[in-house]
Amino acid sequence: MNTAATTTHYPAATVVEKSGSHTLSVLVDNEPGVLARVIGLFSGRGYNIDSLTVSETEHQKHLSLITIVTSGTPMVIEQIKNQLERLVPVHRVVDLTVTGRAIERELAMVKVRGKGDHRVEALRLADAFRARVIDATTESFVFEITGKSDKIEQFVELMLPLGLVEVSRTGVVAIGRGPDAM
Amino acid sequence: MTKEMTGAEMVVEALADQGVQHIFGYPGGAVLPIYDELFKNTNRLQHILVRHEQGAVHAAEGYARSTGKVGCVLVTSGPGATNAVTGLTDALMDSIPLVVITGQVPTHLIGNDAFQECDTVGITRPCTKHNYLVKNVNDLSRVLHEAFYVASHGRPGPVVVDIPKDVQFARGNYTGPQNIKHKTYNPKVKGDLDKIKAAVEMMARAKRPLFYTGGGVINSGTEASQLLRELVKLTGFPITSTLMGLGAFPAADPQWLGMHGTFEANMAMHDCDVMICIGARFDDRITGRVDAFSPGSRKIHVDIDASSINKNVKVDIGIVGDCAHVLEDMTRIWRASGLKSDARALKDWWGQIDKWRARKSLSYRNSFDIIKPQYAIQRLYELTKDRDTYITTEVGQHQMWAAQFYNFQEPNRWMTSGGLGTMGYGLPAAIGVQMAHPNSLVIDIAGEASILMNMQELSTAVQYRLPVKIFILNNQYMGMVRQWQELLHGGRYSESYTEALPDFVKLAEAYHAVGIRCEKPGDLDAAIMEMIKVDKPVIFDCVVDRNENCFPMIPSGRAHNEMILGDSAESIDDAVTEEGKLLV
Repeated sequence: MNTAATTTHYPAATVVEKSGSHTLSVLVDNEPGVLARVIGLFSGRGYNIDSLTVSETEHQKHLSLITIVTSGTPMVIEQIKNQLERLVPVHRVVDLTVTGRAIERELAMVKVRGKGDHRVEALRLADAFRARVIDATTESFVFEITGKSDKIEQFVELMLPLGLVEVSRTGVVAIGRGPDAM
Repeated sequence: MTKEMTGAEMVVEALADQGVQHIFGYPGGAVLPIYDELFKNTNRLQHILVRHEQGAVHAAEGYARSTGKVGCVLVTSGPGATNAVTGLTDALMDSIPLVVITGQVPTHLIGNDAFQECDTVGITRPCTKHNYLVKNVNDLSRVLHEAFYVASHGRPGPVVVDIPKDVQFARGNYTGPQNIKHKTYNPKVKGDLDKIKAAVEMMARAKRPLFYTGGGVINSGTEASQLLRELVKLTGFPITSTLMGLGAFPAADPQWLGMHGTFEANMAMHDCDVMICIGARFDDRITGRVDAFSPGSRKIHVDIDASSINKNVKVDIGIVGDCAHVLEDMTRIWRASGLKSDARALKDWWGQIDKWRARKSLSYRNSFDIIKPQYAIQRLYELTKDRDTYITTEVGQHQMWAAQFYNFQEPNRWMTSGGLGTMGYGLPAAIGVQMAHPNSLVIDIAGEASILMNMQELSTAVQYRLPVKIFILNNQYMGMVRQWQELLHGGRYSESYTEALPDFVKLAEAYHAVGIRCEKPGDLDAAIMEMIKVDKPVIFDCVVDRNENCFPMIPSGRAHNEMILGDSAESIDDAVTEEGKLLV
């Protein structure tokens, strides 16, 4: 028994199963405060947010889609899903990691500053990663790169010694494969 | 059917359409247009003026919990709203349906740090089931009706509707409550039949079964309590409940093991092989150390809130649905499939339970010289049990003694702050109960520390001639704090003693109420009878043993079967030796 358990009258936290990363798609009514409700739930209950994207998807229907990448044990992930579904403006929550048939993408803009060999090397690597140049000066580039998060991370890492200045990422968006909606 | 009217008129109209008869509140600048309408509509809606907004919310909670209706509150912006926050959180934790209307500064001033402005929807977002800021008067009637729907459907809870002052003045179209179909919130009330079948079969095979029920059964309506009684009788299983679930099953019944916390209930919870949890949520007061909680049992959990299932404790069969519906299906399936409990196994199980019962874990040493708090509650019970009585409590030792020694036979008779543990809950809650049941006997079992937290509400009781009885177990200590300090902090009573208590008899008189003091066990019965007879609010100052502790008690970080019992002093030392004394 640890000391925390003996000094408080609350039971100690139990150590449980392995934690894993899950991508949740949350379809909500696009009303004021809905994002605050979702974020407040995560911070209030101590869940992680690794990535969060939100945007209106169907204007006429007042619907927004929130994509959240979170991590936790299977029990915690089930809790997160149930807690989200309990929020009044939430239509549906789908755990895309469990359904196993989802495509995840992220877009990043990467600013690199350099001259000479560094500049040439950055351009060469960008080409290899299918990143596009969307802004250029004589001493800098801004690349636009799309792909899975790990591809973007790898690209950013490679740019680091070549004069990486700034990165702006959208966070993950995801959608299930096949003909059906979520 | 739409009618044109002002926002303030819509509020009164919507409340009337929802069948609201009483609203608890406190006026202020940002709700004056609504108060103006209340002034014109006293025949349709009675407003009860409290003395502090926290009191308004607790009063509405007491009203709601004793009637099964939605409780209503009206407060102003800024401090009105922030004062209501404790009550809102309390109602959220205990699943009490409330609609709380708050005034707000005019829309063009929102965000400008205006006088008495606060971000009400921001502040109350985590302590309400849902909340709304209404910026357009044409949304107001829909939002109000939706608020009642959300508060009372699914797992009940508090809903805040924040209405800026200009919206109260603006004119718009009012629509009635008919056909309010919520586009996203449609909670499931019927449980999955396959799961219910599996659960019933598991129950029939059980050797050492146990019902563990909670406030969900009460919230599900009196019908749920009836169905629970039927199923418990049908199966012959023992039953215990949480603090919030008292009254759903009659305490006088031989199958009742007492509230969770008695030796027999906890041992049965620990040793059972099938646990049937209905409308309870395995909170940490129940489980103790989670890894040592009922390790050998398979668990069935019925709850209307999917997020309660597998939150703290992994269960084998989780059934999402309303208690009454699921209990009805369980009973029906049990009967239809001709299932029988394992009578031989049950006989052994009851034999074991009787051994635990023989431990008499609620026993205490009575005295001829000083009133023991347990004795006071026992006498209060004996002298009021044949009356139409409602009990509320504050929070602390007196609350536990009330739960242990006042034997509840019916649901909705017991109002206490379980989840949040709000000192100061009992008196305003009693006011709410008395408002709903003007001819009943309403008693707030209190501690002398808790009662001072919302003492001002006695003024409300006097104003509305609500003859609530405040039964104070006065031990001059914050008793539960003192108990923990005695057992776990080496008897260092840091700030738990109240040095300058008021004279409660004089205090009652100052409020134009009646004060009674009792200091001797021999005088107790007569004093209680006098209290009952008085048709006015009463403060009953029952001076009790200062050193009495609440037992059984699960010490820090222990499992739920490792209780300290009251009658063996040495067991207290044993229990705190290993861990507790390290702290001394």
